[in-house]
Order: sequence, then C-alpha cells, then structure tokens
Amino acid sequence: MTIIDETAESPAPDGAQDAGRPLLEVRDLHVEFSTRDGVAKAVNGVNYSVAAGETLAVLGESGSGKSVTAQAIMGILDMPPGRIPKGEILFRGQDMLKMSGEERRKIRGNKIAMIFQDALSSLNPVLSVGYQLGEMFRVHQGLSKKEAKAKSIELMDRVKIPAAAARVNDYPHQFSGGMRQRIMIAMALALEPDLIIADEPTTALDVTVQAQVMDLLAELQREYHMGLILITHDLGVVADVADKIAVMYAGRIVETAPVHELYKRPAHPYTKGLLESIPRLDQKGQELYAIKGLPPNLTRIPSGCAFNPRCPQAQDICRTDIPQLFPVTEQDGGELAGRGSACHFWKETIHG
Amino acid sequence: MAELKKTDESMDATPNVAEVETVDAASEEEAVAAFDAPVSRGEPILQVRGLVKHFPLTQGILFKRQVGAVKAVDGISFDLYQGETLGIVGESGCGKSTVARLLMMLEKATAGEVFYKGQDITKLSGRALKAVRRNIQMVFQDPYTSLNPRMTVGDIIGETFEIHPEVAPKGDRRRKVQELLDVVGLNPEYINRYPHQFSGGQRQRIGIARGLALNPEIIICDEPVSALDVSVQAQVVNLMEKLQDEFNLSYLFIAHDLSIVRHISDRVGVMYLGKMAEIGTDTQIYDHPTHPYTQALLSAVPVPDPESREGRERIILTGDVPSPANPPSGCRFRTRCWKAQDKCAEEVPLLAVPERFKGSDSLAAHESACHFAEEKDVVHAA
Amino acid sequence: MPDKTIEKTVDALPGDTASTAGVVVTESGPAPEKARSLWSDAWHDLRRNPLFLISAVLIVFLLVMAAWPGLFTSASPRHADLAKHYLGKPNWGNFFAPDWLGYDVQGRSIYARVVYGARASITVGVGVTLAVTVLGTVIGMIAGYFGGWTDSLLSRMTDIFLGIPFLLGALVILNSFDDRTVWVVIMALAFLGWTQIARVARGAVITIKQSDYVVAAKALGASTSRILFRHVLPNAVAPIIVVATIALGGYIAAEATLSFLGVGLGDTAVSWGGDVARGREQLRIAPHTLIIPSVMVSITVLSFLMFGDAVRNALDPKLR
Repeated sequence: MTIIDETAESPAPDGAQDAGRPLLEVRDLHVEFSTRDGVAKAVNGVNYSVAAGETLAVLGESGSGKSVTAQAIMGILDMPPGRIPKGEILFRGQDMLKMSGEERRKIRGNKIAMIFQDALSSLNPVLSVGYQLGEMFRVHQGLSKKEAKAKSIELMDRVKIPAAAARVNDYPHQFSGGMRQRIMIAMALALEPDLIIADEPTTALDVTVQAQVMDLLAELQREYHMGLILITHDLGVVADVADKIAVMYAGRIVETAPVHELYKRPAHPYTKGLLESIPRLDQKGQELYAIKGLPPNLTRIPSGCAFNPRCPQAQDICRTDIPQLFPVTEQDGGELAGRGSACHFWKETIHG
Repeated sequence: MAELKKTDESMDATPNVAEVETVDAASEEEAVAAFDAPVSRGEPILQVRGLVKHFPLTQGILFKRQVGAVKAVDGISFDLYQGETLGIVGESGCGKSTVARLLMMLEKATAGEVFYKGQDITKLSGRALKAVRRNIQMVFQDPYTSLNPRMTVGDIIGETFEIHPEVAPKGDRRRKVQELLDVVGLNPEYINRYPHQFSGGQRQRIGIARGLALNPEIIICDEPVSALDVSVQAQVVNLMEKLQDEFNLSYLFIAHDLSIVRHISDRVGVMYLGKMAEIGTDTQIYDHPTHPYTQALLSAVPVPDPESREGRERIILTGDVPSPANPPSGCRFRTRCWKAQDKCAEEVPLLAVPERFKGSDSLAAHESACHFAEEKDVVHAA
Repeated sequence: MPDKTIEKTVDALPGDTASTAGVVVTESGPAPEKARSLWSDAWHDLRRNPLFLISAVLIVFLLVMAAWPGLFTSASPRHADLAKHYLGKPNWGNFFAPDWLGYDVQGRSIYARVVYGARASITVGVGVTLAVTVLGTVIGMIAGYFGGWTDSLLSRMTDIFLGIPFLLGALVILNSFDDRTVWVVIMALAFLGWTQIARVARGAVITIKQSDYVVAAKALGASTSRILFRHVLPNAVAPIIVVATIALGGYIAAEATLSFLGVGLGDTAVSWGGDVARGREQLRIAPHTLIIPSVMVSITVLSFLMFGDAVRNALDPKLR
C-alpha cells in the first residue's frame, strides 16, 4: 500500500515503489477567483501527491475546490478571473507554475492528460472521431495521415469500441454516451501519458455503463502503470478503484486515508457525515442522517475550521483555529499509514 | 450530538456486515409480508393502464412527413395507492421522465388511460383538467432551471394561487406563502429574494413548496435530488418523507439512483426501453429480483463500502441501450441479456407473476416481465 | 466542472436546517442580503463601467438637446444671413454663440443646425428602435412559442425580409414618397429592420419555453397568456434589449446616410445627414461645413454602440 504525504516536507517514511519520488506533487496550492461579490477562495492550501501506478481519489462536493485544483495542475484555469497567489505543482520534481507556456504545453497532453465529465462537449462535433484521435499523433509525433489513422483504430480497439475500423470515420454524435467517454479515454491515452486526471469521468453515464467505463480505466491504468487522479463526488465510484482518498471541503483537504480505512473508520466529522447520509442499497434504513446547513460561500469561508457551522462536534477552538492535517494514529498511538485528518477532535471522531 | 453517538456505535459494529444484514432481511420479510396484504392498501388513487407515448420522427421543413417514431413509453400499467411512494427506476432513455410528463398532462398520450379516483384524466381539457391539476403536482429535477429567475420566491409560490384563486383569498396569499416556506424549512423572511440568491438545496425546497401550495394528493417527483450535493440530498429526502407523513401525500418518485429509491419507496418499478421490466415492494425488488435487468442494474450500483463490495457478484452488461426508435423484437432487454434464447426474440414477455412462482408465498412472487425469471440476490455480499 | 461556477450562495441561512434530524440551529450568518434581481445586478455592474458612464452622459446630453434645443442656442437653424455666406469661418473661442462653429453656404449658423439636427437623428433612431422591438418581439415570440407551421411561415417571412439589402430597400421605398417626414422614415426603416430582433426573440423564446419553469407553470394550469407574459417575455427581454440598443446607433447612421443620399428627410428638415450632403459641395472651400455634422453623427452612433455594449456585458456576463 502506498503512503500519503501529510505535509509536503515530510515524505512518506517507507516510500513508494518508485524510488520515493512521487510523479506529481501539489504543495500548498491556493487559487482565488474575483467575482462580483468579492474574492472567492476556491483552493486554500492543498497538498497531495500521486505516484506512478497509483490512484488518488479526490472526493468533494461542488465548490470544494477539487476540480479547480485539477485545472490548476493542467494549466487550464481561466486567468483572470482566476489567480494562483501561492503554491507549487511539482511534476517529476519540477514546478510547473514556474515553467514557460511552451514548456507547460509540452507536458500537457504528452505527460499529463485529462478526461472530462461531458464527453459530448469535449469532442469537436464537426470532425470525425478518427480525425480527432489522429490529431494527437500528427501534432505531437509528426505521423502521416495514414499512420495516424491506423494508430487511431488501434487505440479505439484498446478502449474496446466494437468494430473500431468501421467506426473510425463516424462523428461524435453517432456514438452513445458510454462510447464517447471511451473515445475521451482513448484520446487521453494516445500519447501514453504518465498521469491522467479524470474529472467526474462517469457522472454523466448510466450505472450499467459506469461500471464498464470505470473497469476499463482501471485496467488501462494498471497496464500502462500510470498515475491516476480521480475527481468525483460519488463515494461509491471511488470505493471501487482508488488506492487512497483525499476528501476536500471548502478548498482544503480535510481527510486523507487508504480507501478501505476511510469507509471503515472516518476520522473527520465531514467524511463521517457524508458516509452516513447515503442511503444503503442493501438495507432499508429509517430517517437518513443529514449534515445540517449548507456548503460555505467561498467568498465568506467561516473562520477556524470551515466545517464548524455544520459540525455536530464543534467547540470554541473550531471557530478560531484552522486545524492542520494531523496524522491519525491508533488509540494506543500505533501508526496508521497514510492517514490524516484536519479536525481538532479527530481522536474523538475515529476512536470516540 | 446524541445522534452521532448512536451512529458511532453502529459504525463500530460494522465489521461483520454480512451477518447483520441477513438478520435484517429475515425480520424485514415478515414485516413486508404483513404490509403486502392487499386490504391494507385500500383503493388506488392513480391507475395507469396501457400508457403509450410515441414521438413522431419527421422530415421536411414546411411540409413534414412522419418517417418513424421514438417509442418512449410503450404500454405501461401500474397503480399508485394513497399515502405510498412508488419508485420508478431505469437508465436514461427508458422513458421514466416521459411517464412523469404524461401523468402531468404535459404531453398527450398516444394511447392508454390514467385514472385519477376512477376518472380518466387523459380525456380531460379546460376547466376539468385544471381542477385535476390541483391534486397532482410535480417537483422537478434541476432546481436551477425550474424556478423563473425573474420572479421572487414569493411570486413563484404565490403564482399557484393566482392560477387557482379559489385556494387562497387574495389578502391571505402572502401569509400562505410564508407558511409554506416555513414548512419546507426556509426562512419566511426570504420571500422577496430571487432564486439565484439561494443554493441548490434551498431552491429545491422552494420547488417543493410550490408543489405543495395547492395541497395536492399526488406529487410526481422527477429526479428531485439528483442535481444536489450528497450532503444536501439527505436533507431534501428527509424533508420529503416528513411532508408525506404530514400531508398524507402519494409520491411517484422517479430516479436513477437505486439507493435513494430504496430508501424512500414502498414499492418500486423498474423500467427498460419504455416498458416495465419488474414491479414489486422494495424488498421484493431489491432483495429478491427475478428480472435479469434488475439484477444487472442492482449489481452495478457502486456501494460506498469496499468490503461488502468485494463479496458481491457483479454483472457487467455489454453494449448500450438500443435506440427507442428501433427497439429489439420480443423482449427489449434480450440484446444485452446473458440468458437470452430464441423465445426472447419472438415473444414479448408479459408483466405478470412468473409461472414458477405462482401461488408461492416467496418474495420472488411478484410481477416480472421475463420468460426465464429466476431469483438472484445481487445486493448482499455472498 | 461544477467548481468553476462560483455560486452566489447565501450561506448559513437559519431555518434551512429545520427539518434535518431535529437539530436546532442557531447559526449567525452574515447580514441578510437584499433582494437582487437581474436588473439590480446589472445596474451594479454598469455603475462601475466607465464605458457606460461616458456613453450615458453623452446620450443624456443628446436627448436633452433633441428635446429642448432652445436651451443650447438662441439662433434659429433656418435663419439665413447671406452676408455671412462663405465668410462664416468658425470663431472657436466664442463658445455657444451662433458663430461658434461658423456658417454654412447659405449663411446659417452651423452651431444652431447641429443643435436642432439632433432631434431628427434621435427621433428616427429611437423611433425605429421602438417600432422594430415591438414588431420583432411579437413576431419572434409567436413563431418561437407556437412552433409548427406558424413558426415555419413566420420564419420564412423573416428570411425574405432579411434578404432585402437594408439601405437599398429603404432607398426604393423612400423614393416613392414625396413628403418624407420623420414618421415616414421611421416606418420605412422599421419595415425593413425588424428581422434581427425577431430572430433573437424567436431563439430566446424557444430556449425559454423548454425550460422547467415554463413546464412547471403549465403543470399548474397557467394560461398561455400568463406563460407568455409572466414567464417567457421577462426572460427573453434581456437579449432583445441588447440587440436593440446596439442597433439604435445603426439606425441613426442609416438616417444620416439616407438624408445624405437625398432620400431621407425632406430638404426643409434640419438633419445632420442633409447637412453633410450639402457640406460635401464646399469641401475645399469650407471643410468645417462637412466635418462638424459628420462628427456629430459619429459621436452619437458611437455613444449608442458603447451603451449597447455595456448593457450587453452587464446583462449577460458570459458573453464577454
């Protein structure tokens, strides 16, 4: 099992398989947007890392900053109104925020690729699927039209699109939602990137198709030994494929844990509340537990812990002090690898 | 605080999930058997019989001619009883939202009847239809588009009284609107605000208040929580359950999220390509499904619990849902079904209690439209 | 990407949680905001937009000039003092006096003619815009809302009118009138110009009629007129206003062009376009007789274009 860096400064004690250095590391990232109502602080000091062959799930609701972080990594934030006042995004040890536009463009697509939620609007409707896939090879690898087409068909086979050779000249609207998402995956895979960022890749799909697409993604990730950052709001989707999870709330990471641990013993009241508020498929419950209140307005994030107005355990300290990501341990002080919780009362939450 | 404590205990006791559940299921079966007794249900408040909706496909600009039809809903029948929640689940394109629009008389049915208290409402128009509308209201999926952005909350809810002035006298309307806001858990002082000043969950509460304003008996909920954040979904589901008890409402709850449907529904119908595949009580459908599509659908639901997940069998369907403009012959699910045989292509399976379960008091004895219906528990860990 | 759209959310509303597991809430939210409509939000933006402020000041100035020209000059635009013929060079230092901007070929005060000419331009511009907006909105709304053959018919009609070149059409129509008053010009331009608004209105209405709030009103049993006037029209009005304000400048320019070509307002009318036409003949001897009214036309057109642009940005920030 791999390890999460609680803080950027203290690397994982027993190291990941890849010689200890993560593929991508986000350090103390801050992102703001200027809006009509003031400055919206979308990301407020996020740290996470992902190694080759590892899947990091970033879990959060809308406004938690999970997608904004991903956009900052990809360098596709709208700036302005967006701004990155602070932070580093290290790809293989190099800070991408300090790179020139040209250098970043080389990494984007080649080394880091992204899969979006809405495949239909991410594909150009007037170009055939084969042309759009082939474009990656023509532009980045300088292949001829014919070679690029052959490669496209090969790629469509890889993502299990039936009759790829026959459908290579079809247009995006001629494919179903699940098939379009496969094409998006194929495009992301085209240049065999080291890291894939998938932003809600299955949210727009039906459950029966969701499972197919998630399985495909996991299989390809293993095969290519890529890093995968899976951004989602769905606790169920994450459970299937992730190695470790980072839960975000109001622009901060509030809990990190290996996937099984998180569901079994959440160490942050927000995570705990989320898990309890989901109805179960296998049993009929009584009234659902509901987290009270609303996600905070990003222009007016509550002082102290951002979750305090909604938290059943909040004390005075929660309203004044911002909790750092404390390492979470067993009751007897035994180490729990990769676990952290940004709660003053994590002990009570996990062991109470 | 007390609440959380209670749940803490149950969290600690989860390691042996499977054991806990088998106990649960056993006790539930008895409870359900008692509930299922036909006498306790009384008269259905809404009876849907052979409902069909075909959308014509046309060609030409000025002079259109029909070249085919999208068979969105193709012969659906079910009953809705007073005070119960009937869940309708299915994937996109199965026709569940069209059913909602047909029941709301927003679309004209191609064929079939909808009886509200014995009266066929598909034949109504004008004043008689308006009177029926008072009793059947709707809650929409997207709280961002279902409220007119140019109207204040007070106008949005108050409009119902302008359309049906007999419900509330003029001077009383503002007070009634504030009362409704209070009922759905919003501050009555926000009556003069515009929808964009509220968050998604709050807007959905406004939509629910509008649906409640006329004091209807039936509320048709078309994916009412799917556009909301997880932490807000539970609030809205709880609110809807509370309101149901308070006002003795009947819900037709249409959703694609099977977990939420199980939570809120008394009975559940599963739709596939415009037809009802299986219908029964929530325990019958979730714990004793007999239609292969239901089984596949249930097995594909991601469960936020990796341990119970690993013990479950997963049926991964191949291929996509066929186009409703050109559905497969016979059983519509046969193109993706692992059990399909020649018979399935030739004969349309009827929605009925399968022959092999007839007379049995097993929970598998419920209506299922499959030639080879067979019980299979896919929800619980093996 | 749900994170990207930063919601204007009122947080921590007391009462919002009333139903959640019986928790009693005593949250101290921020002071409640005031009700904010689209218009108040747009006004908030506009007040801070220098483009808007400059254009608004200019437009107010022009409107006042059109309404009460007497406030600006005591000279008559028609009083011809032939003694000043060709001699009337501008007296730049003598602000607002009849000879400030010099005299034209017939010895009339150019300043007075500029002041009185505003009325013709503004009346035509505003009049055409109003007529076009009403006509276009009605046609577009009927076509968009009712659809079917009504839509087919009206849309084809729109296409036909759109096919007529605007100025050429106006030239032909106006040429057939002997007495070309302001109203004739307005009617002619409106007759040809409604198509743009009709298209915009139709598009907006088609989007709006499919929206859930219209469906919700239908589900409540609302009448067609209620749906059209309470739900559809208020939501379609923003794009229509945007197109209309931007088009206004164009109509002023069109009036000037037609007057210049001799088919606009009659010879006796005081209008910038007509003055430009007459000034053209003195281009070498007295260029100011041409330049001054041209500059007025440009400033006016530009003011309305800037105004329209600012309004568009405020009403639809996504268009930026």
